[in-house]
Amino acid sequence: MSVETEPTARQRKLSEIEGVDLDTVRASSNRQSYIVLGLAVVVGALLWLLGLHPALAVVLAFVAYLVIVYAVYRSTAGSRVAVDQVARGLVLGAFVLALVPLVSLLWTVIVRGGATVVSPAFLGQTMNGVTGLQDQATQRDGAELIGGAYHAIIGTLIITGLAALISVPIGVFTAIFLVEYQPKGRVSHLIRFLVDVMTGIPSIVAGLFAFALWAVLFGIGTKNGFAGAVALSVLMISTVVRNSEEMLRIVPNELREASLALGVPKWRTIAKVVLPTAASGLASGITLAIARVIGETAPLLVAVGYARGLNVNPAEGPMNTLAVYAYYMFTKPLSPGYREPSLDRAWAAALLLVLIVVVLNLSARFIARAFAPKTGR
Amino acid sequence: MSAPPAASERPPAPAKPPRRPGDVVFSGLSTASAFSILLILAGVAIFLISKALPVFGADPAEVTGGEGFLSYVWPLVFGTLVASLIAMLVATPVAVGIALFVSHYAPKRLGTAVGFVIDLLAAVPSVVFGMWGFQVFAPKLVPLFGWLEEHLGFLPFFESASRTGRTLLTASLVLAVMILPIVTSVSREVFLQTPRLHEEAALALGATQWEMIRTAVLPFGRPGVIGGTMLGLGRALGETMAVAIILSPGVFTWNLIDTGNTTVPAEIALNFPEAAGLRLSELIAAGLVLFGITLAVNLAARAVVERRAEFSGAN
Repeated sequence: MSVETEPTARQRKLSEIEGVDLDTVRASSNRQSYIVLGLAVVVGALLWLLGLHPALAVVLAFVAYLVIVYAVYRSTAGSRVAVDQVARGLVLGAFVLALVPLVSLLWTVIVRGGATVVSPAFLGQTMNGVTGLQDQATQRDGAELIGGAYHAIIGTLIITGLAALISVPIGVFTAIFLVEYQPKGRVSHLIRFLVDVMTGIPSIVAGLFAFALWAVLFGIGTKNGFAGAVALSVLMISTVVRNSEEMLRIVPNELREASLALGVPKWRTIAKVVLPTAASGLASGITLAIARVIGETAPLLVAVGYARGLNVNPAEGPMNTLAVYAYYMFTKPLSPGYREPSLDRAWAAALLLVLIVVVLNLSARFIARAFAPKTGR
Repeated sequence: MSAPPAASERPPAPAKPPRRPGDVVFSGLSTASAFSILLILAGVAIFLISKALPVFGADPAEVTGGEGFLSYVWPLVFGTLVASLIAMLVATPVAVGIALFVSHYAPKRLGTAVGFVIDLLAAVPSVVFGMWGFQVFAPKLVPLFGWLEEHLGFLPFFESASRTGRTLLTASLVLAVMILPIVTSVSREVFLQTPRLHEEAALALGATQWEMIRTAVLPFGRPGVIGGTMLGLGRALGETMAVAIILSPGVFTWNLIDTGNTTVPAEIALNFPEAAGLRLSELIAAGLVLFGITLAVNLAARAVVERRAEFSGAN
């Protein structure tokens, strides 16, 4: 093997790479970028004062920033640094752009739903007997809001809980199969492939499946909480399998070997060594899977239907869940002429859902960190 | 130390003297679980097909639209594809930007925080995105649509502007926001896996940071980005509630900034609660078509991502 040392040959090779420009780079100070940033802000403010739409002013200011940065750095440090600075600006811009909808969404949900979500009527009452007349009184005459999401909260807990009861054992045992019993080979390849396929099932198709299954088993049009739980499980199992598999895989092999070498049967090794070691990861993965399905609307709309009152029996009749509740309150207000109370309920339900999801996500992180096995030596 | 819940649920062991009963139960349970996935998927296909069959044998005049199932479903499929493709085109560059920001520009702590925020975006329920899109985002887009109509009205896409903003383009942009997290997280993952030596080699040769990214990070991460984008496409294709709430549905039109068009999942969600008889089969058949499309897209995405895993020197 010979190493090319001829400088020209090496230089030619480098210059053949697309995107590499062999211009020299001259020293430049970082202070320039702050000055340019200030300039761009001034441009934006001016445009805004001239009567442009604020969003347009910001976009134009950003473009102005990129142009000025390019010009300034090109003259002081060369074109390569200029391109580098423009790329940096674009990457930062993408990040800020993505924050805009998130902040706007959270802000809207909090502002619109914040007042209603803490009201005892919303948390403690169902929609039984509430009609457009009450909403009319609330909006027009300032009467207190009547009718809430108590039944939907209970329904969400029941249906999601049932879904977790179905999917956690199946998911975790499938992960055990994939990691402990058949780590390689055609069967596990097939199962992994099927889990991938399952991940891609659109949520509404899962709902249609539950509906069709129930139609065959119990007669067409049967809608109840169990059907919803089955639909959610179809969506949840794949997440549980993937998260659990990852967690079981990182359990060190030495632990298994040590246990087996002591004569412990394989199943006890799994139950007493592998699972406890991975417990925090498993719990966090399961929490994330629950967070993923708790806000599902479409499958429940199709498989569970919509109930106005409290129904705690998942085997009988339609139930309500927070997401479906929000959807119905938002799109089909009780009183078309006096929409505000219904919209308030919808936003409150949305806020509650977002809060639940955030808490679930945070606790998943907390579980993963706080109960992780100690790795010190 | 507590035993995990799954282990305590095992049924009584069958008598098989030569092997330890616990082992038989445990391996039996896990094998059964693994194969139940096969069963579930087969069930999804079988039950959907069985409930969808009536529509294929039905008199074409009885199907909605009066011209058979195919002419009923193609505008829906087309609307779904257009909305998802726009979402993908908008989301991908932004997602790659964020992924680069997290992996190569931001300090590590900030990067982790941003990762969490993006995950949060993924967890927001779609019905909330729909409500936000309807009430906040759509009205904000109305001036933009007016501008597009005025200046680009000669294009068929921007012929006439909606006054409510509840259009296919609005829905597509909200879909773009919704698929940002998945594209970002897949891209971030591959960018972080770029071999350290490649990056350092580029920097040592005097490359600026951007040149290093262009020559070392992006080529390495390209299959991952493509795979992530297609996973996002699969998500967008199946996304229901946001489109159902935002879009004011109608017949198929090329015009993206006026009411009209609809997507398969939105059509199902909007009509299913009141459907009966043949209409049910119609909607289930439409769901089957959607399932087929997302399946194809997801498998293609997996294939691309896996090919990268095989060839990369990182593992």
